[in-house]
Amino acid sequence: MSNASQSTPGLNLTRVPDVGSAPIGSAAEIRLAQLWETAPGWRGWLSTVDHKEIGIRYLVTAFIFLLMGGTEALIMRLQLARPDQTLLTPEQYSQLFTMHGITMIFLYSAPMLSGFSNYLWPLMLGSRDMAFPRLNAISYWFFLFAGIFLYASFPLGQAPNAGWFDYVPFAGLDYNTGPNIDVYALGMVLLGISTTVGSINFIVTLFRTRAPGMSINRVPIIVWGTFTASVANVFAIPSVSLVFFLLWLDRQTGTHFFDVVNGGKPMLWQHLFWMFGHPWVYAVVLPAMGIVSEALPTFCRRPLVGYSAVALSTMATMLLGFGVWIHHMFATGLPALALSFFGAASMVISIPSAVAVFAWIATIWLGRPVFKTPFLYFAGFVFLFVVGGLSGVMTAAVPLDFQLNETYFVVAHLHYVLIGINVFPVVGGIYYWFPKFFGRMMNETLGKWSFWVMFIGFNLGFFPMHLSGLLGMPRRIYTYAPNMGWNTVNMITTLGSFIFAAGILIFLANVFISLKRGAIAHSNPWDAPTLEWAIPSPPPAYNFTVIPFVASRHPLWEDRLDEGSGRSILDKGYLLMEGRETIGTTPLDAKPDIILKMPGDSYAPFLLALSTSLAFAGLLLHWRDFTALMSLACTLSLTAWMWPSKALVQCVPDINQDKGAAHG
Amino acid sequence: MAEAMQTDQALPVGSKGKLSSGWWGMLALIATEASLFGYLLFAYFYLASQTEQHWPPDGLPNLLVPCLNTLILLASSISIWASERCIKRNRLRWSFALMAITFALGVRFVVIQLNEWSKKTYDMTTNLYGSLYFTITGFHLLHVIVGLIIVMMLLLWIALGYFDDRRHAAITIGGLYWQFVNAVWLFEFTSLYLLPYLY
Repeated sequence: MSNASQSTPGLNLTRVPDVGSAPIGSAAEIRLAQLWETAPGWRGWLSTVDHKEIGIRYLVTAFIFLLMGGTEALIMRLQLARPDQTLLTPEQYSQLFTMHGITMIFLYSAPMLSGFSNYLWPLMLGSRDMAFPRLNAISYWFFLFAGIFLYASFPLGQAPNAGWFDYVPFAGLDYNTGPNIDVYALGMVLLGISTTVGSINFIVTLFRTRAPGMSINRVPIIVWGTFTASVANVFAIPSVSLVFFLLWLDRQTGTHFFDVVNGGKPMLWQHLFWMFGHPWVYAVVLPAMGIVSEALPTFCRRPLVGYSAVALSTMATMLLGFGVWIHHMFATGLPALALSFFGAASMVISIPSAVAVFAWIATIWLGRPVFKTPFLYFAGFVFLFVVGGLSGVMTAAVPLDFQLNETYFVVAHLHYVLIGINVFPVVGGIYYWFPKFFGRMMNETLGKWSFWVMFIGFNLGFFPMHLSGLLGMPRRIYTYAPNMGWNTVNMITTLGSFIFAAGILIFLANVFISLKRGAIAHSNPWDAPTLEWAIPSPPPAYNFTVIPFVASRHPLWEDRLDEGSGRSILDKGYLLMEGRETIGTTPLDAKPDIILKMPGDSYAPFLLALSTSLAFAGLLLHWRDFTALMSLACTLSLTAWMWPSKALVQCVPDINQDKGAAHG
Repeated sequence: MAEAMQTDQALPVGSKGKLSSGWWGMLALIATEASLFGYLLFAYFYLASQTEQHWPPDGLPNLLVPCLNTLILLASSISIWASERCIKRNRLRWSFALMAITFALGVRFVVIQLNEWSKKTYDMTTNLYGSLYFTITGFHLLHVIVGLIIVMMLLLWIALGYFDDRRHAAITIGGLYWQFVNAVWLFEFTSLYLLPYLY
């Protein structure tokens, strides 16, 4: 483990941080670049803790999973294009729809948003890294290994096959004897570690590492989405990890949690799964809504209408989201009282959602829209959000849900919600931040083509699913008879899905072309208001030469908005260069209260994630000794990681010139 | 500039007590772990409320040894708290001794608990209650063992002279984890041992 501060004598227990400026090319700036640079080659690749590098990895990996899940969907659509097709066997179809769900919901939608937040948060908050850089690295490695784990049995034709919500008793040992469900169960526990540590990192980062002056009401609006989702994850993930672990115990050790014959209850699975599952829905849409709230105003040339209302409605949505899980279980025979309560609670969610929708519409209405590609994606998102929201309110009505449950209507609803509220903002967000990521603009012509092809293909593909649902077509059937009256809608759906996929391909081509030949972007090509646009594109390893001082919500628009009581200072501030350092500030007012020592690059996250994942592989394969050995390796790498470091002033340094000062 | 930034103020450097990121991280970890035990107890009460079996299967639990064990854990809560107080006053030997007492009490709890397990007439696979009992107390026992490894590391680090009154964030953070694990036991003890007497 390299530690830059070993070369410096600055191991005091307290000090007055130097204030100054460090323009690009100055001695101070060169020193900062040295302190924060990552070693080249595979060493740096395995050991880096740079949030920007990790963020890009998250984005790329999640996008690859999107393409995999999309390919699975296209194969299923070929099978369903016409009645009585025999392209797939029922078992193959079951594995494909299960893996499609797992991939899109767990391996694409949330990690994609983590990628944005990882990359952007320190840049937006005016910090040099996340609060826990090594934890950041390990959350990526766990995500990658969990993804590989979940796909490990796919090539063998033994992939999870009980649907992504994996209901018992079908997922139990009586009906599902292969390794399929064990892979899913253990893989989800592994992925849960990634999500949990990532969420904890976001929470502490928001509370502790904002630039001085960025009081809690001045954070960029996107931060509220990811923060809310992270808090929810902290409380919700244990539920799904536990329920999958209990299922694994039932299958492997013979416990009786879901075993009907011996008093176990399948409904326990449904409760614990959806207590997690519904908050998770919001965890994968709220940060994406944050992307829109953040970037849409830039293209409307005015601040977001109703910042506080949008921030509060984000949190209200999540709070209500913890009390609606039973609307996934309306048809299970629960008492009418419970159904009415949870149906009503589900309808109430439309209120905070509508607050956000009206805020976006008002922002467009009151602004002067610039019709660039990202704007098209964000405006298209608002439309799809309304459609998906309306079908959501419909299924929240208990009697209607009895009719629509397990039909394609629900499939249409969840795709409008997940593609409309996640994929469209994500692609728009990539168009928006691409110049910051790579220093080049994306091509506008291809951009507009990709939007219109995606938008038309999506609506053509998924709107008819509402109809096939109303015509009674159940979800998850591998084929249907020609006289059911579903032939035309299914053919249109298949056509639309391929057009949608073509739109994604145009976008992907645009990414590759723009990486090579895009116009060079300066630091703020969209004339946007937040801190990440104040630094070069792409940003240097240390992010900010000096820690900025923030006086308003829109530091780069202060001259024309004149909203704050002062002016932000971006070119003069804390230098903090005695090793990797950033400033810690108070949670609400963002007053500096500590100099945080940041860890250097380290192999510990990679090794710990690898040994844990191998321990899980050992559990899956019943290799007891191997599992024990890997658990020991976990304990050792964790101990090494936690060992108090003098360089990080976690323990008392040898040199302490200021003993008196510390007591004073 | 209306809001002047104060830049002449001396600030602590590195992991200082509750200003350290680790303290915040531990609070968040405890939130998620507390939820885990919450869901475990939800599963217990859900299944207990729906069961037609005799609950618990071998009648009301004997309270004497579990009560004693609870007292042992509570004593360790006090000793680890006192150990941190001593390090804050730079009394390193006292801090070490109290941390060693914490370790001994923790080990005692584990031994008694394992003994309790061995006296049960059922195991994880015998019936639904057994599955719940051993999973719930097993999760807690695993947390106690992790806590014991932490306490052992803290002992070692105190002995190596890593900490004094100025820097000891690891003890504050590790101590918080230990208190959390003990608090979890109070909930489990109430749910599994005391509440069956009420119904």
